[in-house]
Amino acid sequence: MRRRTLGLALLLVLLAVISVLSLAVGAKPIPLADVWHVLLHRDGTDDSIVVWERRIPRTLLGIAVGAALGLAGALMQALSRNPLADPGLLGVNAGAAAAVGAAGLFWPLTSTETTVWFAFLGAGIAATLVYTLGRGGMTGKANPVQLILAGMAVTAVLASFTAATSLIDTDSADRLRFWVVGSLAVAQPGELQLILPFLLAGAVVGLAISGRMDALALGDDAGRALGTHPERTRALAIIAITVLCGAATSVAGPITFIGLMVPHAVRLFTGPNQRWILPLSMLCAPVILLASDIVGRVAAPPGELEAGVVTAFLGAPVFIALVRRRGVVAQ
Amino acid sequence: MTALAVAWRMWRLRFRTRGPVAGVFLLGALALVAVYALGTGDFALSPDQVVATLRGQGPPGAEFVVFELRLPRLLVGIGVGMALGVAGAVFQSLTRNPLGSPDVVGFTVGAASGGILVLLLFGAGTLSVAFGAVGGGLATAVAVYLLAMRGGVAGTRLILVGIGVAAMLEALNAFLLSRASVNEAQSATAWLVGSLNARGWEQFGPLAAALVVLGALMVLIVGDLRIMELGDDTAAALGVRVQRTRLIVMGAAVGLTAIATATAGPVQFIALTAPPVAKFLTRSPGPNVLASAFTGAVLLTVSDLAAQRIIAPTILPVGIMTGAIGGVYVAFLLIRGSRIRSG
Repeated sequence: MRRRTLGLALLLVLLAVISVLSLAVGAKPIPLADVWHVLLHRDGTDDSIVVWERRIPRTLLGIAVGAALGLAGALMQALSRNPLADPGLLGVNAGAAAAVGAAGLFWPLTSTETTVWFAFLGAGIAATLVYTLGRGGMTGKANPVQLILAGMAVTAVLASFTAATSLIDTDSADRLRFWVVGSLAVAQPGELQLILPFLLAGAVVGLAISGRMDALALGDDAGRALGTHPERTRALAIIAITVLCGAATSVAGPITFIGLMVPHAVRLFTGPNQRWILPLSMLCAPVILLASDIVGRVAAPPGELEAGVVTAFLGAPVFIALVRRRGVVAQ
Repeated sequence: MTALAVAWRMWRLRFRTRGPVAGVFLLGALALVAVYALGTGDFALSPDQVVATLRGQGPPGAEFVVFELRLPRLLVGIGVGMALGVAGAVFQSLTRNPLGSPDVVGFTVGAASGGILVLLLFGAGTLSVAFGAVGGGLATAVAVYLLAMRGGVAGTRLILVGIGVAAMLEALNAFLLSRASVNEAQSATAWLVGSLNARGWEQFGPLAAALVVLGALMVLIVGDLRIMELGDDTAAALGVRVQRTRLIVMGAAVGLTAIATATAGPVQFIALTAPPVAKFLTRSPGPNVLASAFTGAVLLTVSDLAAQRIIAPTILPVGIMTGAIGGVYVAFLLIRGSRIRSG
């Protein structure tokens, strides 16, 4: 109990620190004192405009997208009982991206409101497909290695498709090129408000079933004995994952590895208790995503590095370390 | 009658016909695709016109189009396909896993990283980029191998580590691109998808040379490789120097992957899909080096044709086509659920 509270406090402090840093760091560095000043007095100076118009929306977006991906990753790992699960690795984000690419290609005038629905559709189809393939057809039991391979296969096909749409549709290609990598910088003003209801709905569903996920972790039979419906819980989890990933991807592109890293970090504090893992993942993921975004802002002057690139750089070693750990892969 | 049947059986046992038949079939398919590819495009030629042009008696203008534009692209495609097919065949044989091909394990992306690094540091040049790609591919191979080691290298862990390393290298490539000037970045991006667009005779030379040298090496060593599929201990007992053979084969296969990557960019999944198709055709054990080479060539040229034609005015990079095909193939493997369940 102590340890969890400590983790919670630590994450809250970290999130606050990283959010302030995210307001201060960038192509135009603003000293912390000045950040504080313009936060209190929106006075129309350059600093004030940079902070209010660019960095605050971007930071909020990072928090929302990060929380969504963190929760989706934790749900996925609980759902598949697979330490390697991640919405990016398992092709869900690629599905949303492909659907958005297709929407841009076939209905060029699609508004952002409609794009989100395409993202949901793509994320849902990809999630179902990967899960089915990972089980080796409709029978059989999902195993970690097969799920990852299924994710790789589906991602390969979908990424090819997305790349093709960006080549055909040169108008949107410029935006798509950055969006395909996963970036917090490409979102249009107002997009966050658009996806926020979906993110909240997904988060509510995801958090509401956390207790039932604990029961299911004991196996379907034990879960049933404890009064949960395994199929219904699983379906709710998949819906939550789809909504969270679809909404996040539709504004920030397919960001990989956040959902993989975060639950493992959180578990250090919480142990195997989904009621704590899920909400703490929602706090921890924005910290990592914003930190990646900040690193990306200063790593490649005068340009920026997309946050998705930085998360892959951080996350891939974690993935490799997990693979090397005993028990994940049969000898 | 029965005597005849027995004699036929004996003959079949002594001279396996399936291999040569498959070889003839593949060569025929390759020839058909080649003639079609040479005749297709804005300047359309009928098959007999193509053949006539190749013999130097074609219609006016056809000679330029065929010899300067389409033939080099076709030959580069065939060469890249052969190199990838061979590399995939020996790697899958070494790892004893249908997924253990250089593209899944990240060597292709590594070669691309090396290529871009050289491209950005020293400027474009076919040979220097090729060396960069070979260096990058070898470094990646060593890194993946060491990371996957844990009291022996399990095939599955090698593949998963490779996927992780590939993800990291892709991020590295994106970083390198963002550091480049607009012009450099554009040529590097075009190259990164894996494309045969604007490939000409100057790319064909180094590719052909590498293919002849490394391919000959593979054909020489393939007997040992086939024995090694029985297991390292058995192979050692049968007089194969297992470690040495493995090192030579890995080095040569990484070299082939890298030269293919340097020529056409990271074309994904040809190395993955060609060997099993070849094995299906020949039905013979072992790595099927030659058949895989020809299968790779057919697959790549067909993919390139499809990529050029599928949405006609826009020419897609062939890497997009092969990426889609490879993904479908892995999905098929998973549905069939054979041998890759675990370990």
